[in-house]
Amino acid sequence: MVKEPVAVVGIGQTKHVAARRDVSIAGLVREAAVRALDDAQLTWADIDAVVIGKAPDFFEGVMMPELYLADALGAVGKPMLRVHTAGSVGGSTALVACNLVAARVHRTVLTLAFEKQSESNAMWGLSLPIPFQQPLLAGAGGFFAPHVRAYMRRSGAPDTIGSLVAYKDRRNALKNPYAHLHEKDITLEKVQSSPMLWDPIRYSETCPSSDGACAMVLTDAVGARRAPRRPAWVLGGAMRSEPTMFAGKDYVSPRAGKECAADVFLQSGITDPRREIDAVEMYVPFSWYEPMWLENLGFAAEGEGWKLTESGVTEIGGDLPVNPSGGVLSTNPIGASGMIRFAEAAMQVRGQAGEHQVDGARRALGHAYGGGSQFFSMWVVGAERPTS
Amino acid sequence: MRDVAVVAFAQSRHTRTSEETSEVEMLMPVLHDALGQVGLTTSEIDFTCSGSCDYLAGRAFSFTMALDGVGAWPPISESHVETDGAWALYEAWVKILTGEAETALVYSYGKSSPGELRDVLSRQLDPYYVAPLWPDSVSLAALQAQALIDAGHTDERRLAGIAARSRGSAQDNPHAQLASSPPTAELLTADYVVQPLRRHDCPPVGDGAAAVVLAAGDTARRLCPHPAWIRGMDHRTEPHGLGVRDLTDSPSTRLAAERAGAFDAPVDTAELHAPFTSQEVVLRKALRLGDEVDVNPSGGALAANPVMAAGLIRIGEAAACIHRGASRRALAHATSGPCLQQNLVAVLEGDR
Repeated sequence: MVKEPVAVVGIGQTKHVAARRDVSIAGLVREAAVRALDDAQLTWADIDAVVIGKAPDFFEGVMMPELYLADALGAVGKPMLRVHTAGSVGGSTALVACNLVAARVHRTVLTLAFEKQSESNAMWGLSLPIPFQQPLLAGAGGFFAPHVRAYMRRSGAPDTIGSLVAYKDRRNALKNPYAHLHEKDITLEKVQSSPMLWDPIRYSETCPSSDGACAMVLTDAVGARRAPRRPAWVLGGAMRSEPTMFAGKDYVSPRAGKECAADVFLQSGITDPRREIDAVEMYVPFSWYEPMWLENLGFAAEGEGWKLTESGVTEIGGDLPVNPSGGVLSTNPIGASGMIRFAEAAMQVRGQAGEHQVDGARRALGHAYGGGSQFFSMWVVGAERPTS
Repeated sequence: MRDVAVVAFAQSRHTRTSEETSEVEMLMPVLHDALGQVGLTTSEIDFTCSGSCDYLAGRAFSFTMALDGVGAWPPISESHVETDGAWALYEAWVKILTGEAETALVYSYGKSSPGELRDVLSRQLDPYYVAPLWPDSVSLAALQAQALIDAGHTDERRLAGIAARSRGSAQDNPHAQLASSPPTAELLTADYVVQPLRRHDCPPVGDGAAAVVLAAGDTARRLCPHPAWIRGMDHRTEPHGLGVRDLTDSPSTRLAAERAGAFDAPVDTAELHAPFTSQEVVLRKALRLGDEVDVNPSGGALAANPVMAAGLIRIGEAAACIHRGASRRALAHATSGPCLQQNLVAVLEGDR
């Protein structure tokens, strides 16, 4: 059975900030959706279905907010589907939307993900009550710090690698007008002297808490032909999940991540991702996850990922730019962060990324993960329409 | 369109409270039942999709615990919707239609017992203008019922008749939470919960889980002697603001039914997700169901309404009718949101 090719023809984001007090939740999502429609030069009437994602509903205190958002997203009279796969949700949501087009159920789909974290306190929202979690775990950083430490021990990476990632991503964010953090006076020394939060993770090596939304318009081959701007073509997409905890789980390099990457590269006809992928937007909420995911995704051999970071390979001018947008370290509306990765990958191959454009990017990876390093979603997008 | 069928369906015995068991413990036997019916293990399933809601569980990421129970190892291709499992089934159906999967496991569960469900559901409403007033789900359903009575579409006696019929049908359903009813005349002597709704007009509050296995084409034929083929499925949304809707009608249900092909040929059976008696009146009208159609032979949501699973159970019950030869063409409906805001319709058929 031959799937319908899927093209990204519209992308919209809000300017991500700590608190969007000027808009309601509906106002926030509509802003991103309208920008995606404008980019595609389409109207609400052109949209057949809406697929929306966000992380836990407790972040805003609204149960199943898609019901309330139906009007703001022009979904009245249309199918509207709500996805929730923890932190990977932004990516998963895009893939669910993608499948609606690939299966020829719908021709043009609006997909959107958001989080308005200023409505609550995300760190405590992520700290589950006892007995679900031990006391003093305090947020996602408390969960991930021991796994970072395990990576450092396993790989022998120098202590400074994390700060290099943060310094790079925060400088990249200065080139991205939508990024939340614009730290114009950032220096490596400032990163390295910022307070230690969850040893070995310092304050400047953590993601911010943001209000933001991201939307994309996905369409079929006919829709792509009519598109006013160059589309990004979806070459492959995959999701993988594994349990939160079990004896033998590798938190540093989870098998679900490895297998998800292998699947998405196979679908995309990529045999050597290090050479064939031109830009990577990966989900790095804590700096050390850059080298960890470089290994998990197959861009570097086990224990070697930090060397790519250290030698500048992952800088915008390097030969494998990672998070040219500034990444999750500079912008983190949790439910939207995965979709922002997917959208930024598409922007790169569309040549739409402005100051943070990677020269000549033809194929890019968008990556998201969530839960206890257990939910993964990825896509590879390309400038050329897939042949098969 | 690819042939996809429901090849197995299992559900828990729905109860008022399940304090002694966790969600995972409630779900596990149901998953094993569904997989056992077709002789598959988790690792032989190509795609898994579930539906549940953090607001019922009272904790963020509640679905991750359920996944631990599924046994997602080696890693599986998996997704989750934060709504009724009927929409998880929709996502899985689309996945199979793309050709990326031959089989799918769909499950959903909900424990309403830990909280005050009427109040919990009020958190679904517009957070700025409506939710601060805490309008509970029974009161909103009462508004809808009164609108129907005012428009002459039904009366309290006919609503009581729906309640008595549904719970009478449930006598044959070992999973039902409420499986008997006093006669209509006696029901009408009870006090109102919220006028015009009496206790019998409302669904029981309870805990439960359900699971369905989907399979494509020849795989379905191999796994099941009488597959319930999904001939069409669609879902549609209405505005959120109750003030801009005609609560006596359900245009979204009608449109979803049209898109699912429900009106192309008559159905003999319909499983409607109508938690309140009055909502069956709305759905029957939207779906043009006459008296010749067997509506809710399982007893429907009036017999058991485990929130987040009750819609998936409608699809499962309709499929089960086909599996056992009690139906040739059945309609299944699921709903989400206040007063039937979002509606899904699936049309299932046996082999001709």
